[in-house]
Amino acid sequence: MAYIYIVPIETSTEGWLEPLEHSVQSVFGVQAKCSRLPVDLGAVYDETRAQYNSSEILIQLIADPPADAVKILGVTDVDLFIPILTFVFGEAQLDGIGAVVSLHRLNNGFYGMPEDNRLLVERMLKESVHELGHTFGLLHCTHPGCVLNASTYVEDIDQKSVDMCPQCRAHVQARPDLPGGTPTQGFGSTVLK
Amino acid sequence: MKPADIGILIVDDEASVRDALCKWFQFDGYRVDTAEDANAALQKLQEKSWDIVLLDIKMPGMDGLELQKRVKQIDKNIITIIITAFGSVESSIQALKEGAFDYILKPVDPDDMSHLIRNAVEQRRLLCENIQLRQHIEDISFADEIVGESQQLNKVMDKVATVAPTDSTVMIRGESGTGKELIARAIHSNSNRRYFPIITINCGAYTEGLLESELFGHEKGAFTGALYRRRGKLEMADKGTIFLDEIGNIGMKMQMDLLRVIETRQFTRLGGDKVVNVDFRIICATNKDLENAVREGTFREDLYYRLNVFSIVLPPLRERKSDIALLARFFVKKYAQAMNKSVMDISPETLDVLLRYEWPGNVRELRNVIERAMVGAQGNLIELKDLSFPFPVAMKPVEENSLEEVEKSHIIKILDRTGGNIAQAAGILKISRLTLYNKIEKYGLKK
Repeated sequence: MAYIYIVPIETSTEGWLEPLEHSVQSVFGVQAKCSRLPVDLGAVYDETRAQYNSSEILIQLIADPPADAVKILGVTDVDLFIPILTFVFGEAQLDGIGAVVSLHRLNNGFYGMPEDNRLLVERMLKESVHELGHTFGLLHCTHPGCVLNASTYVEDIDQKSVDMCPQCRAHVQARPDLPGGTPTQGFGSTVLK
Repeated sequence: MKPADIGILIVDDEASVRDALCKWFQFDGYRVDTAEDANAALQKLQEKSWDIVLLDIKMPGMDGLELQKRVKQIDKNIITIIITAFGSVESSIQALKEGAFDYILKPVDPDDMSHLIRNAVEQRRLLCENIQLRQHIEDISFADEIVGESQQLNKVMDKVATVAPTDSTVMIRGESGTGKELIARAIHSNSNRRYFPIITINCGAYTEGLLESELFGHEKGAFTGALYRRRGKLEMADKGTIFLDEIGNIGMKMQMDLLRVIETRQFTRLGGDKVVNVDFRIICATNKDLENAVREGTFREDLYYRLNVFSIVLPPLRERKSDIALLARFFVKKYAQAMNKSVMDISPETLDVLLRYEWPGNVRELRNVIERAMVGAQGNLIELKDLSFPFPVAMKPVEENSLEEVEKSHIIKILDRTGGNIAQAAGILKISRLTLYNKIEKYGLKK
């Protein structure tokens, strides 16, 4: 049996794991498994920027993948960056195995607004499916509602749905590396709303 | 342009920056590659074509400013974007002055990066489109219906080539249907104004008041029915060419107004007081005897001299009979395509009739005769029965020609064919050069 591994990395946010496992199963047709893999956040911390280098987290995440792991998705509360950009919501290997998502800037509290855990989880699911989509070879989609549509502001994430457009879904379903199971469709709307 | 059609080259000595940018653009579907220094970048620029080059300003060896110069030497239309740290903003401003599209101050907000690349792609698309359109304009120059190999037409085209690149005013003379507008367009298409419009106005088609409004435009409320401000043809021709067809038909008041505009390149719209400055070239055409009109006092002499700077006279079709077959076949091909017909040519008997006809309506008439014939034609050839002439009386049977007329016409034909080469023509006619000179003089032919 193959799994998409979900790896919490120093996260105290609650209520996201079960919906995420359900979403992963629904979209990709692969069972999700939560597991702890060794990631040393201290080693990827940039003191000048007070942020964590997401590319280096990815390297650690996929350093020794479990034999039954199809993909590995790290989930963290810390603020992520890549060298040229001020921040990223997440990062993934295109057509690779690893992806990481940060809840830091998905949280209303970061923008000085009242906390909204339901919205936070919804955004986190979208970003997780988005990054995992990249690991299945999907590029950014120009379809406005598609979860693979690029988001540079948190408001952009709220504008798109948690579903893939038919073209992106067809691409994922045609992947030879997708083990067993047929993905169901329109997962998010029933889980989240 | 789809993202996959856009090539982005990233030049930075920091591997982490190169990799991060590379990945960022790959997710958007762009074709991306990286280079760690200027030399590697120049190598990649030689190997493939790139649309956008992002380059770090500070690199060991050749710096970003120097690399940008080299990139622009390879292709001045490549979009360059400077990557810079906070401390080197001055260098970035220098790069902007030297043609950079924009600069990125590290680290950059993801949304700013997305906007920057979208704008750069749009700029590149517009540049490419502009290049293609310019090429298209070059390609269609002279591609109109100016068909023929006769000496007379070659002389006209030589004049077109001479006057086109200058900004001189041109007066085109010729009978109706000889192709005056085509010649005007050929001059414009080969002038430095070719990327701007050529605006045609048929001066004979308007009353004086309407012509004034058409040429100069009008302000809102200038007259009953002037509900909006309207630009005139002169304004529309700014930086381009205005073609004044049938210039001999304009009234005295308009002649005076036109003279003033030609002299000052300024005018006011009807009902307005704001002076409009325009930059246009004038080409005009007429089939009237303007010199006679000047003598009779119906055409201003000063305007005549202003317009008649460089004169091109188009020969009537009956004087370049050797072009009739070429033109007729050109129109057959054109209408066969337009009408989706299988007609390929003209039967010898039909062609013989076409050659004997006088063509009072010139090329336009020939075109219309062929078009009508194509509608009724059944087989692969246009037959005699398919022809119908609007002026059959103008047909001159060859039997009525005297021997002298036949001889004169034959000499003209051979001189046309040889491009006026006396020795060659004499050889074909099997007469001495002296005899040919005598005959040319006798029939009043020019070499």
